[in-house]
Amino acid sequence: MDTGTALVNVALLAMLFVIATAIIRLRSLFAIAMLSGAYSLLSATWFVLLDAVDVAFTEAAVGAGISTALMLGAMLLTSRNAKVERRLVDVAALVVCTVTAVMLIYATIDLPALGDASSPANAYVGALYLERVEAETGVPNVVTAVLASYRGFDTLGETAVIFTAGIAVALLLGFGERSMSAGKGGRKGRRP
Amino acid sequence: MTDHHVILRVVSKFLIPVIAFFAFYVQFHGDYGPGGGFQAGVIFAVAVILHALIFGVAEALEAVPAGFVRGLASFGVLLYAGVGIWAMLNGGDYLDYDYLVREEPGGHAGQHLGILLVELGVLFTVAGSMLGIFYAFAGRVADIRDEDW
Repeated sequence: MDTGTALVNVALLAMLFVIATAIIRLRSLFAIAMLSGAYSLLSATWFVLLDAVDVAFTEAAVGAGISTALMLGAMLLTSRNAKVERRLVDVAALVVCTVTAVMLIYATIDLPALGDASSPANAYVGALYLERVEAETGVPNVVTAVLASYRGFDTLGETAVIFTAGIAVALLLGFGERSMSAGKGGRKGRRP
Repeated sequence: MTDHHVILRVVSKFLIPVIAFFAFYVQFHGDYGPGGGFQAGVIFAVAVILHALIFGVAEALEAVPAGFVRGLASFGVLLYAGVGIWAMLNGGDYLDYDYLVREEPGGHAGQHLGILLVELGVLFTVAGSMLGIFYAFAGRVADIRDEDW
């Protein structure tokens, strides 16, 4: 990795850290929803740097786009500010967080380098896909071919999961006229 | 009522069709570049949600009714699952796109058709579900009040 890329990496990660800290400290839910959108957008930029454009695209569309809109929608149903908590140090949480962080950092030592051709992810089935996709499906984007063709069952399951989530929310929050009547201006929303 | 949001309304009026159009670009360009049904569905849902945020949920519900949205989500899953059954009827395994059309060995028409159809199914389900979830939340409050901006 050259110096320029490393600098951009450090800058992006630093901005992510600042936003995460701001989200923890803020109490205004509107600001938190907006900042989480900015966090997703920055993550997407970082994913592009890691050559994971499909993941970056999804993160930008889902994390920065629809999650922010849904969080704003959820925020309108509740109060605008989170409760202020009494400041206290929870020893158990501190220990759990520290131990988990130490273990995660220790685990990164064993991670293969970025783009390492002999890493397990690139060596076995990954290399096989790259070799055979063109001849077997004729689709240039390997990610699409794997998602829709080789792993069609998985994607069918994911589609069913999204459908189930939509149906579950509709069942919980109002199916049909209850969710529509308020939108037509007939009823004012509940005010906290 | 929302006269002081005139910039928001003018800009989004121009942007909403572009966003919806971009969703279809992502959908049909998924074979060649990043993207596919999932991202396209989310982007399309965002176009409608932006419309709802700016012009009110009532107008968005007139353009894209809640019943239609739920039907769309169901139809997407059925379309995806149906492609698998279609392959089975033609003598292949479930979701084996090679059996969708009769072609010479080594041809890719079946794969292309299968991927196109299942990605369309994903698009319908994702867009429908996301809009359904948004309507369920947003339908409960009449409008975004000024102090919330």
